[in-house]
Amino acid sequence: MMSNYNIFNGLEKFGDSIALETETEKISYTQLNNLATKFFNEHKIFERALVFLVCKNSVQSIVNYFACLKNNAVPVLINANINHDLLERLKDLYKPNFIVRENEVTALNLNHHAINQDTAILLTTSGSTGSPKFVKQSYKNIFANTKSICEYLKISPNDKAITTMPMSYTYGLSILQTHLFSGACVFVTEKNFFSRDFWNIMREKKISTFGAVPYTYEMLDKLRFFKMDLPDLKYVTQAGGHLNADLQKKFAEGFKAQGKNFIVMYGAAEATARMSYVPAEFSTSKIGSIGVAIPGGKFELVDDDGKIIAQPETAGELVYYGDNVTLGYAENYNDLAKPDENHGRLLTGDIAKFDAEGFFYIQGRKKRFLKIFGNRINLAELEEILRNNNFECACAGVDDHLKIYTTNSDENVTNEIKSLAEKTTHLNHSAFEVKFIKTFPRNEAGKILYSELN
Amino acid sequence: MTNLEKYNQAFIDTFAISNDQLENLAYQSIEAWDSVGHMSLIAALEEAFDIMFETDDIIDFSSYQHGKEIIKKYDVEL
Repeated sequence: MMSNYNIFNGLEKFGDSIALETETEKISYTQLNNLATKFFNEHKIFERALVFLVCKNSVQSIVNYFACLKNNAVPVLINANINHDLLERLKDLYKPNFIVRENEVTALNLNHHAINQDTAILLTTSGSTGSPKFVKQSYKNIFANTKSICEYLKISPNDKAITTMPMSYTYGLSILQTHLFSGACVFVTEKNFFSRDFWNIMREKKISTFGAVPYTYEMLDKLRFFKMDLPDLKYVTQAGGHLNADLQKKFAEGFKAQGKNFIVMYGAAEATARMSYVPAEFSTSKIGSIGVAIPGGKFELVDDDGKIIAQPETAGELVYYGDNVTLGYAENYNDLAKPDENHGRLLTGDIAKFDAEGFFYIQGRKKRFLKIFGNRINLAELEEILRNNNFECACAGVDDHLKIYTTNSDENVTNEIKSLAEKTTHLNHSAFEVKFIKTFPRNEAGKILYSELN
Repeated sequence: MTNLEKYNQAFIDTFAISNDQLENLAYQSIEAWDSVGHMSLIAALEEAFDIMFETDDIIDFSSYQHGKEIIKKYDVEL
């Protein structure tokens, strides 16, 4: 067992320091450890068991996760708002031993699955198109990425982060893991930016950091964030997609004026969490950049022939190397036994360039993906789902605004398409616009010309 | 369009609902009025009445009814 890479091993050393805090309780590292041990033993969860963790931002969900990871069971992190049909489908595909929802533990079978011994957890690809695909992260992946993030963000035991994203989402999980690994505190809440309680907690509980994704930065902007007095806030991070240049500038300058750090980062579940960051001192001078590779990682650009690009300002596919490159995907139970398929090299699917100072910039995507409210939506996958429901559609658009083109002008049909898109992705309907088009623009080979749709 | 109609229309357009759903509408009472929906609603109202909400009012804007009180502060007669 790769226990030397288990990030939750030995955290008892932080003793009486507070690991988790809520509006009503404080849990020390000793208590967290004890609660996790009790949970694991009481429910007779065993090593290498496959455990569906249906989680929200609560102490219990974190205890459950801590218990599984630390004791070498393999948790699959699933957001509590998952729709019933998808959860049933996942159960069929993965045959988990246990399903855990907060205090409620259901044992489904006691079969010992053949799970590759390096596999630590399974995480969604942050796409919510109803895809049953998970990323397999190893103990070493999590250890390497956690350590690297702690180093470049200089997370200290005095820091106190607040949950602003689901823990089943790679960015949310990495904030939790990096702070626990550092002996810092995580304030656990389901409250969001539009709640008065959230801002009271920020002030009264002296929160020093949080993370947000592009659409939540829009919320912060709408809320006139810089008019708020938050003396204990030290730094804020951004990831989960490309923040438009105007907002990035506004936040970079706003934070700088207040003597706080604003750190733009780039990552993916396939790289555990983070691949690059813009050091705070460059936040205003490198607007639009994803920065430089994190400590221990390396970027490379390759052209269409697979040759490495050495010239600045030349576009190519972004390739990342590091110990945080995950083992590969699983689409069902059989894939869990597979060994590492990536060997530390990840083709990101993003087209990028670098400037003369070695800062990287994303230019576009090789495949058709949009980021909608922090979720990666594969447009081809969505089209397929719509097609399976007898709607011939073409999907395009920009981040946070997905356009679904249909050749059917019947308003009932367009409404059905919209509601189906909403249901399958579980995203607010405001993200979708269904547009009528007489015919799809196609090339000679009959392929849809997506560039002409936008 | 009267101000009340404009006010109603912002909810109807943002949440894709009908007139008869407005009366008891509150934050998180329907799926569409989540935090993303809230942001869209605030933007729609600001545009419809050419106003800029204060932070506190955005946070306090918890229902269709209560919103009527809030919007009055911005010299909008409903």
